[in-house]
Amino acid sequence: MIIIHKPGLLSTLQDLGRTGYQQYGVIVSGSMDDFSHRMANLLTGNPEEEATLEMTLMGPTIQFDQEALISICGGDLSPKINGRPVRSWRPIFVKKGTVLEFGYAQKGCRAYLAIAGGFSIPSVMESKSTYLRAGIGGFQGRTLKEEDAVPFGLPSPLGRKIMNSLSGQAGNQPFQEADWSAPDEQRILQKKDGPLRVMKGRQYALFTPDSQTSFFQDAFTVSTESDRMGYRLKGSSLSLAIQEELLSEAVGFGSIQIPPDGNPIILLADRQTTGGYPKIAQIAAVDLPLVAQTKPGETLRFTEVPLEEAQRMYLEREADLSRLKEGIKLKYL
Amino acid sequence: MDYSLSPLGDQAVVIELGTEISPNTQLQIQKITALLSKVNETWLIEWVPAFTTVTVFYSLSKAAASAGDALPYDFVCSRLHEWLKDPLDGDFREQRVVEVPICYGGDFGPDLPFVAEHNGLSPEEVIHIHSNGDYTVFMIGFAPGFPFIGGMSERIAAPRKKSPRLKIPARTLGIAGKQTGIYPIETPGGWQLIGRTPIQLFKPDSHPPTLLQAGDKIKFYPISLEEYQMLKEDHS
Repeated sequence: MIIIHKPGLLSTLQDLGRTGYQQYGVIVSGSMDDFSHRMANLLTGNPEEEATLEMTLMGPTIQFDQEALISICGGDLSPKINGRPVRSWRPIFVKKGTVLEFGYAQKGCRAYLAIAGGFSIPSVMESKSTYLRAGIGGFQGRTLKEEDAVPFGLPSPLGRKIMNSLSGQAGNQPFQEADWSAPDEQRILQKKDGPLRVMKGRQYALFTPDSQTSFFQDAFTVSTESDRMGYRLKGSSLSLAIQEELLSEAVGFGSIQIPPDGNPIILLADRQTTGGYPKIAQIAAVDLPLVAQTKPGETLRFTEVPLEEAQRMYLEREADLSRLKEGIKLKYL
Repeated sequence: MDYSLSPLGDQAVVIELGTEISPNTQLQIQKITALLSKVNETWLIEWVPAFTTVTVFYSLSKAAASAGDALPYDFVCSRLHEWLKDPLDGDFREQRVVEVPICYGGDFGPDLPFVAEHNGLSPEEVIHIHSNGDYTVFMIGFAPGFPFIGGMSERIAAPRKKSPRLKIPARTLGIAGKQTGIYPIETPGGWQLIGRTPIQLFKPDSHPPTLLQAGDKIKFYPISLEEYQMLKEDHS
């Protein structure tokens, strides 16, 4: 089990989302930065879709009441084990009783803690993701609180091998990091500069030429009224050429919609299933983790990419992830 | 069938059937969702029916694995065209009629007097008109199991509240403009509240997890507070 000493700002269990139920109005939820989430799982020998702990801006303090193999990926929330800084993007063996403490996000916005064996929580509608508003999934349908005790399962055969290898090296130390890590180019924050790549949205043509130009030229600031449901942006106000009432239709992760006040909203993991505001653009899936790692107060810019290119970039990243997965397996044959 | 396909980002396709809500469009959407629920493709993740669209979400990796040299988006579109080219006759889910009991007014419907006054009617007349309507669920959205319902009489239409309530209790029935709907879970909202049903609209442990689905017909019928309490016990 892990025992929560301090819960942090917003710590929830998330997997790759509750898909298949959007037609019933059930939101997808899931990790905001799915790439870091999947990487954290792979580094502990878990399947990619296993639930991880998503920690936001100010991380929790956690004690392990049994030994474990863990991995931390995503933003830098200054993790320390028993007071000593510990590195992200690699497997770490922790002994019984150790305390893992996070601070404020130095770089990025969210970090993911995977534990070999995954969190032992029930699936609701085939997913372990926390759906806060409906109070279902995750740990009792809510954010973690002080004194929560969350059980975890048995490592996979690969997780067991990584764990045995590290525990053999640990000696008297309370923890042992692996001497290898996910390659730099696969760490999401290495890429965090330059504009986000987007495709024009279904209602792009309805916007005024000025709004279309501003959208691609100006910088937008992520407002403090931003959460897992969506990021509200401040910057140039964007408007339709003709005010038109649209019929609600499905929206997606990364849809950028413009409400009547003209300030864009990027829809994220906890978005509603449908929306009636015009969509000026859609962020390429490969760049969504970069959005998730943007803090309120930071700025975003957009550049257009053709659909072909968006699909190619995403598939390239998937190939990288597959290679990493195979590489880990080979290391522990 | 008259439709067009367009991308919603790099992992979804929108099937669009015009821009007008109509019984025929509603029927076409029923047929498309019935068809999608029968096909067995690894890349097909899910679909979301709305007023005049059905959006299909696909796994880009799995579509790419089947697409050969084609762009995965083009591959998905070509499969959709194949499926949609035949006239989709019969053989789709029968239209259900779901009866929904409502305890109108009182603490459950604090805005019933406003809706009545706004339309120059008595509260009883509002209840009579509301419970005799011919309603269709166009789509489920906004919240789990929240039905967008067509068919309400304009005689009981009422504008949204100027400032939304922060908390509307689950299962509360509201009116906004010419729409009527029920909040399945506690949410903030700006609708005029006129009653409450004892029946759960969102049931996370059942399949499907909602009482209502797109395409259903609804019959609302009034019940007393005593009946409400009895039914509520039966359903909890």
